[in-house]
Amino acid sequence: MTTAVQVRDLTKTFSTLTAVDRISFTIGQGEIFGLLGPNGAGKTTTLSMLATMLEPSSGSAEITGIDIQKDQDGVRKAIGIVFQDQSLDEELTAWENMDFHGRLYRIPKEIRGQRTEELLRLVELYDRRNDIVKTFSGGMRRRLEIARGLLHHPQVLFLDEPTIGLDPQTRNLLWEYIETLAKEKNITIILTTHYMEEADRLCDRIAIIDHGKIIALDTPARLKDSLGGDLVTIRSAEPARIGPALSAPWINRIENRGDDVIISLHHAEQHLSEIVTRLNGEKIPIDMISVHKPTLEDVFLSYTGKSIREEEPDAKAALRSQLKMMRH
Amino acid sequence: MEIVYTIWLRSMKRYLRSKSRIIGSIAMPLFLLLFLGFGLNSIVNMGSLGQNYSTFLMPGMVAMSVLFTSIFAGVQIIWDKQFGFLKETLVAPLSRLEIMLGQTAGGATTACIQGIILLVLAVLLGLNIVGPAGFVIAFAFMVVIGIAFTAFGIAIASRMEDMTGFQLLMNFLIFPLFGLSGAFFPISSLPGWLSSVTLFDPMTYGVEGIRYGLTGTSQINPVLCGVVIAGFAAAMAAIGAYLFRKVSV
Repeated sequence: MTTAVQVRDLTKTFSTLTAVDRISFTIGQGEIFGLLGPNGAGKTTTLSMLATMLEPSSGSAEITGIDIQKDQDGVRKAIGIVFQDQSLDEELTAWENMDFHGRLYRIPKEIRGQRTEELLRLVELYDRRNDIVKTFSGGMRRRLEIARGLLHHPQVLFLDEPTIGLDPQTRNLLWEYIETLAKEKNITIILTTHYMEEADRLCDRIAIIDHGKIIALDTPARLKDSLGGDLVTIRSAEPARIGPALSAPWINRIENRGDDVIISLHHAEQHLSEIVTRLNGEKIPIDMISVHKPTLEDVFLSYTGKSIREEEPDAKAALRSQLKMMRH
Repeated sequence: MEIVYTIWLRSMKRYLRSKSRIIGSIAMPLFLLLFLGFGLNSIVNMGSLGQNYSTFLMPGMVAMSVLFTSIFAGVQIIWDKQFGFLKETLVAPLSRLEIMLGQTAGGATTACIQGIILLVLAVLLGLNIVGPAGFVIAFAFMVVIGIAFTAFGIAIASRMEDMTGFQLLMNFLIFPLFGLSGAFFPISSLPGWLSSVTLFDPMTYGVEGIRYGLTGTSQINPVLCGVVIAGFAAAMAAIGAYLFRKVSV
């Protein structure tokens, strides 16, 4: 597989804060690569550096073999980017937004028109091409931005939180578009997200990032396997006694988390009754017991000891929507 | 050039679609022309200038619509910053200078259109202009004022995060620039110390230049007016381009 993106010890510090701390990874051509982490983990900062919008403090990176610091324009031609915050001109139509982008990337007129039509059809906005973007819903705007990001045929597409703030239905639809794109166009996609399902569903490989560092990097399946099978959660008034009562070769790991005890094992269904019998024999009260397949949330929890926080849109975004209301 | 044209084209499209902005920025100078011009016509004695007051005021109001439209067009960059659109242009493989020049060209064009709309309305109201040659001279001044103050707006927008400081700027910089320019009164009628202050106001030369074109008389030599306002425009364009180069989003 040819290398599309190569990152070596990339670092960004803002006065006292190290937003991105010596991260390294390699992404192959055609891969969907996810940067998963809570808000403020350094995902967008990483993306901004790779997209030449932000100067790295140290380290280096190459996009399709082009150095991000030595040849900014070269990188910019090779990448498409969909920002976390909307970057459309709301007073222009969908077609005009596409056309503007095509002109900025110096795409000849005939090709521009042809590609715009093709892409607008792909994201199912062709019928709305002559409508002003102001009248579009959040999902439509996102789709338009993705189409626009592809207009100049980038080899690498950056998607910064592509489905943030969208309803579940629209999110599902967008995931389908992204999957289709990756298959049909064979482009490399780097996406940042703090949604576990999104990373799990879309990404070939995931880098879990927290406090600017990559703490785990693998395929979603292997990340989940690393937890040692299924997870049995037992809630009890005497959690400390559960561990000793349950030592058995088929148990991979026992972890206490407050009143909960989390047990990792393979084929949990087969062992559940034995677990209950043993605890009953020791007279350990069971308030609740549940079994589930590990998710990336569990992976994140086990690596960082905390769960990914789902946060409200930040203050800046709130201000922006206020301004929008004032203006209209 | 293609990029400059593209950004200019966007400004034009946005301008033509914002009817309320077109009407809004014409209304103020038009009302001033009506109320002050015709209202004070019979009271104000223009003395040696030999004009009536409304004729004297007209070029000033034309200059006003050019000035305000162009500053707003430059400050538009702040909106683009806040609405995210600026990122789209900044991440494209093109130079900051091209973006800045396109924005300036767009702002200057809209400003001139606004100026001409006001001029046409003034003529329809019965005010006379000297003739085609004079109109061309006045138009040239409008273009230069438009460029100068769009660039000025871009320079300011490059250093401002949001619109909160804009009111301050309007009151303490833009309005004095305009008020001192001799748009409302002959600068010779001011007390000596104040009339020499007006000579440091670049807008004075712009207003006088347009006045020379439209009415055939001015208190400052029109060639000097042209030189000063063109020099000011060049300086503003340079400062605007320099500051815009450092903008980050």
